[in-house]
Amino acid sequence: MGEVRRLLPPTDHKSLAVSWDRVVERGFDKAYQRVLDMGSDAAIAEVTASGIMGRGGAAFPTGRKWDSVRSSPGNAKYVVMNADESELGTFKDRVLLEQDPMGPLIGLLIAAQCVGARQAYCYIRGEYREVEAALSQSIDILRDKGWVGKGTVEIEVRRGAGAYIAGEETALFNSIEGKRPEPRVKPPFPTVRGLFGAPTLIQNVETLANVAVLFAHDVKWFRQYGTSATPGTKLVAISGHVNHPGVFEVPFGTRLQEIIDADDLAGGISGTGHLQAVLLGGAAGTFLSSAEVAEVSLDYGPLAKYGASIGSGAVMAFDDSVDLIWVVTKLAHFFADESCGQCVPCRIGTQRVLEILQDGNTWQRESDLRDLGLAMRDASICGLGQTAPVALLSMLDRPYLRRFEMKGDEHVGE
Amino acid sequence: MGNSITLTIDGQSVSVAEGTTVRAACEQVDTFVPTLCWHENLSPANACRACVVEVKGSRTLVASCSRVAEEGMVVETNTPRVENARRVVAELLTSTTDYSTAPQLMNLVKLSSADTDRFSGGANWEQPVKDDNNLYIRDLAKCILCYRCVEACGDDAQNTFAITVAGRGFNAHIDAGFGRALPESDCVFCGNCVAVCPTGALMGKTEWTLRSQNKWDENQLTTTETICSYCGVGCQLSLHVLDNQIVKVSSPMDHPVTQGMLCVKGRYGYQFVQIEDPTPV
Ligand SMILES: Cc1cc2nc3c(=O)[nH]c(=O)nc-3n(C[C@H](O)[C@H](O)[C@H](O)COP(=O)(O)O)c2cc1C
Ligand code: SF4
Ligand code: SF4
Ligand code: SF4
Repeated sequence: MGEVRRLLPPTDHKSLAVSWDRVVERGFDKAYQRVLDMGSDAAIAEVTASGIMGRGGAAFPTGRKWDSVRSSPGNAKYVVMNADESELGTFKDRVLLEQDPMGPLIGLLIAAQCVGARQAYCYIRGEYREVEAALSQSIDILRDKGWVGKGTVEIEVRRGAGAYIAGEETALFNSIEGKRPEPRVKPPFPTVRGLFGAPTLIQNVETLANVAVLFAHDVKWFRQYGTSATPGTKLVAISGHVNHPGVFEVPFGTRLQEIIDADDLAGGISGTGHLQAVLLGGAAGTFLSSAEVAEVSLDYGPLAKYGASIGSGAVMAFDDSVDLIWVVTKLAHFFADESCGQCVPCRIGTQRVLEILQDGNTWQRESDLRDLGLAMRDASICGLGQTAPVALLSMLDRPYLRRFEMKGDEHVGE
Repeated sequence: MGNSITLTIDGQSVSVAEGTTVRAACEQVDTFVPTLCWHENLSPANACRACVVEVKGSRTLVASCSRVAEEGMVVETNTPRVENARRVVAELLTSTTDYSTAPQLMNLVKLSSADTDRFSGGANWEQPVKDDNNLYIRDLAKCILCYRCVEACGDDAQNTFAITVAGRGFNAHIDAGFGRALPESDCVFCGNCVAVCPTGALMGKTEWTLRSQNKWDENQLTTTETICSYCGVGCQLSLHVLDNQIVKVSSPMDHPVTQGMLCVKGRYGYQFVQIEDPTPV
């Protein structure tokens, strides 16, 4: 089937990305008007019927989240666009915001109208300075049209300061509040007590883009692609040993093998030309062997059978010259660096995992690593610590990936 | 008191007041849940994860110190997952910090059958003692980053906000701002952080000096209850006495006036009691 462009603008678009013309060309003006006309209840029902799920990693049903924020008691409510994008191998929100910033912004305005928020924030990764500038200009264009502002929905841009953890929703709230970005304990969930203690809706950039294209069309159009369980399309960010690394939009249910091989997608394996494994879902993702890659499709149900998930949509391909222990050591380094340090399993656990891998003791200490990984998964406060051992455990669970065990220690280390 | 709710703990049905935490509910039926960072007078920091339990329907384990009990909740406090998590927490902490004056951590090691060598040998928090004032020392090699001191200094008691956590990951540590010595920081030396520290990482200078001279003997300590004579608040003081000298002052954690918290005068201004020289100044 190849690439489908719905969240990403068509390649033959006529307008500039940052322009009012783009809003009109993409039908986003009509989308916003349609929501204002139909009212929140009908609009939320449409989001629910579309089957949109969060694209930031957790795949929580978006309509349900909107319902919950809308029905939470509280005068002040907030909506937040999460553009912190700092997961390894994930760069789809950046591409989306570069190519079509108006979509996610209109999605944000629609979300604010539906849940009853008058204040919105865009929290953007600090390194994305050009994207941030484009986003601010786009907000100004909407401000000139009277769609953004004090009398309606105000949008403020906040810049992250380089911590991966600040993308975790509750840490992100602390950051906006001017505090250290440490995740909070859940429950209470953000829908009830989020930013400044008020009910808050936080959505990934891509989720909001889905909302905009949904209302620019309708549910039937939206569900034309994807599977019945997971309708719509997904941005995947492909890196590693492929001929065309980059961001592609594909329908859910597309076979992973096709994503890697199709000429208009990743264009096949580069390097030695022989795929060894794919790390699906970013640093916190799961390794799939080349045989597994041939079997799976991009959908939550089928992937769950392999212990895998789509995560943020990162796909990293490794040819058969790569020592995967070297890869998991790099990942361990990332998590040890990015742990906020709040809870014991993650603060010390990420450090010990890194040390064991760096010492070249992975397979000798498999049972220690498993106990440690399990404790991190079970007892860490937030998703960072809970998923930090996932890639490693998925490798331990796939003994057929043990190709390089004897020379592990030659490769590792900085 | 509001409504009561009923949950199940290790197969036993328990009714508790709405708003009760799972930990408190466990206590009510004498089910012991180990804790390190939890403190009766501070809001739960959730940081140590020693108190995790299994709650039916929850993907991960749940910190019982902060999770509010719900109607129909099914809680298990001794499953293999819980035991593994507790044990690993004890092993990780002991691989990092000097727990020689941390009784609760010692207890966790014992009850979880932790192997304190399993994850040791790597990086640890060994560092020189910070001895920068006359009232208390900071021996952060003993710190377990339980956040109690931060909370006591912050809005759980003192509202001074002189100390917080700085750095991240394994390098996270308690700091008085930009690595400053305490006298240069915002610290007002109330010593409330010292009062709640569970590891001896924060310790009164007198106690620390006596310990380093091997003269601190818990069995010889006596306690005299009195009331602070400095101001009209009337804080309850417990004078800890060794060899007829006051060596430490605290206040009972359950005292209605202090909740265990004092100011610099009550906690450290006791030398006048025991100055022998009668010459007026
Ligand atoms: C360590 C960590 C980092 C995260 N970073 C991001 C991020 O950069 N962008 C994002 O949208 N979600 C991120 N998330 C997920 C958010 O917490 C949250 O689930 C998401 O923003 C919800 O939006 P969605 O429902 O639209 O996916 C992160 C989660 C964790 C645990
Ligand atoms: S799991 Fe890691 S990142 Fe998350 S709160 Fe704990 S220490 Fe911080
Ligand atoms: S100094 Fe003491 S109270 Fe403060 S975090 Fe460390 S162990 Fe806890
Ligand atoms: S400890 Fe401080 S606040 Fe309490 S009675 Fe003494 S002087 Fe007053």
